[in-house]
Amino acid sequence: MKILVIAEQRQGKWNNASFEALVAAQQIAAAASATVSAVVIGKGVAALAGELAAKNVAEVLLVEHDLLDAYTPDGYCAALKQVIESAKPDLVLFPHTYQVRDFAPKLAAMLGKGMVGDCVGFRSEGGRLVFVRQMFQGKTAADVTFTGAAPWFASFQSGAFRADQLAAHPSGKAPVNSVAVNLNAADIRTKPLELFKEAKSAVDLTQAPLIVSIGRGIKAPENIAQAEALAKAMGAELAASRPICDEGWLPMERQIGSSGQTVAPKLYLALGISGAIQHVVGMKGARTIVAVNKDQNAPIFEIADYGIVADIFEIMPALTEELQKAKG
Amino acid sequence: MNILVCIKQVPAKDAPLAIAGNWIKESDIGFEMNEPDSYALEEALRLKEKHGGEVIALSLGPERVKQTIKEALAKGADRGIHIADDNFAQLDPLGTAKVIAAAIAKEKVDLVLTGLQSDDHGFGQTGVLLAALLNLPHATLIMQIDVQDAKMKLKRELEAGWFQWIECPLPAVLTIQSGINKVRYATLKGIMAAKKKEIAAFAREALGVTIEPTQKIEKIYVPTKTKKTEFLTGTPKEAAAKLVEKLKFEARVI
Repeated sequence: MKILVIAEQRQGKWNNASFEALVAAQQIAAAASATVSAVVIGKGVAALAGELAAKNVAEVLLVEHDLLDAYTPDGYCAALKQVIESAKPDLVLFPHTYQVRDFAPKLAAMLGKGMVGDCVGFRSEGGRLVFVRQMFQGKTAADVTFTGAAPWFASFQSGAFRADQLAAHPSGKAPVNSVAVNLNAADIRTKPLELFKEAKSAVDLTQAPLIVSIGRGIKAPENIAQAEALAKAMGAELAASRPICDEGWLPMERQIGSSGQTVAPKLYLALGISGAIQHVVGMKGARTIVAVNKDQNAPIFEIADYGIVADIFEIMPALTEELQKAKG
Repeated sequence: MNILVCIKQVPAKDAPLAIAGNWIKESDIGFEMNEPDSYALEEALRLKEKHGGEVIALSLGPERVKQTIKEALAKGADRGIHIADDNFAQLDPLGTAKVIAAAIAKEKVDLVLTGLQSDDHGFGQTGVLLAALLNLPHATLIMQIDVQDAKMKLKRELEAGWFQWIECPLPAVLTIQSGINKVRYATLKGIMAAKKKEIAAFAREALGVTIEPTQKIEKIYVPTKTKKTEFLTGTPKEAAAKLVEKLKFEARVI
């Protein structure tokens, strides 16, 4: 079996989830006796291809073209379709990034194939690969298998595999082979313009050792004061899951999750947060996770070290008081 | 500007889920409009208010999804399309998109909108696949739409606080990021007006789409825990005191 991993870079900088996808590929290769090749796509990215060649891969395919300088779904799909048709992989793997969400399903469809997206793991059962993904906002897991002929397409959720487990090449370097692709400017229908960040964050949550975070369970903006009082008693920063910032109850800069900040504090106290995937990827690296939720089946408890099944409106004042008492 | 919005009906957020094979038991639980799709609907209504045209709300699923189409009509959509299919949950992303694309191909629309993903399957592929199947340009995770002439300037969300402006011609398919707008509630007047609006309903089979599944959900199950959670019990005061004790002396984080 041949596995092709599509690595992701923007303006010459890696998206680190690429290395996690490579680790997934190496582990699948070990379980299913396959070879792993990596694809680097863009313009002026030969140095990045050289970097990947030092990893345990059979080869690195370097796909460069003027029209691939900035990402477009049309450009990437047209180029990668040609790469896949010539390399003939059985399995094409991606990191499940926003960019991959934007083009990979279309790429698969152009080849008449399907994609299993946002996987958190895999199993090899007698030569058959089973992919595990989440459904119902993380409340259930699903075992998914491919039907029909290869190539198959799958992406792995950020954090599902550890980049530091990436194996180096056993004897120096793998070959880097350029793949020429034919692209036509007229076929690229969207035009990428400038990249930008919104107003500078006043708070850098990534540096906060203690974080108190609120979710839908807070119910109304007037209740946030209770969480603020708790955060103050603990000496923690206040953060939130996406719906709270969408409502405008807290500024976007306090959002934790795939579209917000990724944090790894000493303590993460999740109040009324169910634990949807998009939130969990932003905080699961916390050393200690505490979850308070009235639903004992909330997925947040799957990653919590300590859990309290209760109404947050009863716990917040009680905890604030206990913290003040402990401080003396 | 004619806009078609794809809306899914999903189990209510607080619905207790009982697993049955590779789906859930649908009896005894409530359903609601998929939240990401409600932002797409709102954006469609705002574009119509600004540029004119009509908004069509389309949903695929069993009889129950008519309720969600009616909700869209009550909020201001002009008409509905219901592709009736009791086995929609067994379709793979490509199959779902092929069915919806066949229905859209019968309409004259300038813009197709979807939410970024559904809260049930969570495939997050339908919008992109519709673009591929209808041979339209697309963009995903959109936070702002400015229409000028036959073009759109779009604000697309990237990761870690980054955004990008992109230009996209019309017609096109966009997936809308949650939080792009403030979703409206249906008014009583809207609910009354919706009663007179048309919902074109037909069976999925009537579209004559051949579906060859590319993947199969073998089973769904409650995920195995990766961490052992220590649950702290008692009155709120007792649980809070226990937690402070644990954080101070066991985890040593405060």
